[in-house]
Amino acid sequence: MRVNFTVNGRPQEADDVWEGESLLYVLRERLGLPGSKNACEQGECGSCTVRLDGVPVCSCLVAAGQVEGREVVTVEGLADFARQRARSEGTRGSSGGPGASGTSLDEARAWQARGAGPHTGEGAELSPVQQAFIDAGAVQCGFCTPGLLVAADEMLERNPSPSDADIREALSGNLCRCTGYEKIMDAVRLAAARQSEEV
Amino acid sequence: MDFLRPASWEEALAAKAEHPTAVPIAGGTDVMVEINFDHRRPEYLLDLNRVGELHEWEAGEDSVRLGASVPYAKIMEHLRAELPGLALASHTVASPQIRNRGGVGGNLGTASPAGDAHPALLAAGAEVEAESAARGARRIPIDDFYTGVKRNALAPDELIRAVHVKKADGPQQYSKVGTRNAMVIAVCAFGLALHPETRTVRTGIGSAAPTPVRARAAEEFLNAALQEGGFWDNGKVITPSVAKQFAQLCSAACNPIDDVRGTAGYRRHAVGVMARRTLTWTWESYRGARNASKGAA
Repeated sequence: MRVNFTVNGRPQEADDVWEGESLLYVLRERLGLPGSKNACEQGECGSCTVRLDGVPVCSCLVAAGQVEGREVVTVEGLADFARQRARSEGTRGSSGGPGASGTSLDEARAWQARGAGPHTGEGAELSPVQQAFIDAGAVQCGFCTPGLLVAADEMLERNPSPSDADIREALSGNLCRCTGYEKIMDAVRLAAARQSEEV
Repeated sequence: MDFLRPASWEEALAAKAEHPTAVPIAGGTDVMVEINFDHRRPEYLLDLNRVGELHEWEAGEDSVRLGASVPYAKIMEHLRAELPGLALASHTVASPQIRNRGGVGGNLGTASPAGDAHPALLAAGAEVEAESAARGARRIPIDDFYTGVKRNALAPDELIRAVHVKKADGPQQYSKVGTRNAMVIAVCAFGLALHPETRTVRTGIGSAAPTPVRARAAEEFLNAALQEGGFWDNGKVITPSVAKQFAQLCSAACNPIDDVRGTAGYRRHAVGVMARRTLTWTWESYRGARNASKGAA
């Protein structure tokens, strides 16, 4: 079947989609967006977290046909999504909706964090939460990072000054097997602090 | 496989009547796992996400009509006062991502003994609103709904439209045993609701029998003990021997198995502990509310 939906602010069309296929598979294998990771395929690990009409969900548990006509934001579009949000917050209060510009598939596929080691991310367009993860050293193998970024970004949108308990609760559906979570906590605190300085 | 996408409730019923083997999918948090792991290859998937009314709820005089697809996150956010037991149970479901998608309709459809909502529904008192194109709507009392391991009272052409849960008339509690707080399938779970209006208590036990069950003998014992001692009126502390006997009877209501999550013996024991604790919590809350209203009068 064919599925039409919006990905990172741009309309997309996926063809020859099998009826039992997950949104995650469509994103990775049909649209060429491997940012959302495929690990447990049962909603345990959160590494495939995307936003579906603004709501964080495990894309491995959404049937492809269910996203027809709906809006998905993946980690590839997170920087643009955050930029749009910051812009719209300046004009008309908070709004999570992606703007008109969005991230094209080509841009998203070509996306990479340039630089290495301490220079990672230099010159690349990052969302504040992505930058905070790099600055706090919250990324080790990186596999869980995209899901954590999407979940953390959504929490900071809802709750600009989260307590540690709020952060732990919001990220409780995202497993990381490297970091022990302390650096991830640091990163989210850092992103929250920077966000509040800006206001 | 065919993907059926009804745009309305009527279309959904028609599709289910035409294809009784169609597997309904809403939040997908059970169905997609089975498909991803190749445990299930349904001929038809019946997507209910486009049926908007399933995501709505309505608080009436005595009960809340909860649309089958209302996600747990919304129950936690909006129905804490009306359905405290179910709201507490919702909070123990998996993770934020899962609670944003999954709902009580799916829990009932899957009818796993470990479903988190069941003990809360049993304790509060609920009816499942099921409907078919051929025979219209009917209300199935929650006590008659669970018929076996992952089996329920639905006919093949029926869909769950809503659950009618009685609004709390007293304190309710929910307790669940697992190895960690998030992302855990219950080793066992327990729900307790005090119903001061009828001077009764109701219970619900999860994951400790082939189906979710009530501990009826325990309820009867406690109802009689509370009545005899005048507890509802005098608001005294529950006698330890009464709490102990209640806990033992709740343990005895279990019919558990040994599995990877826990042994039968452990489950029986843990249900007893949860029964005693939730009884203390709810009763203390009842006494507190009672004394507060007496003080105000």
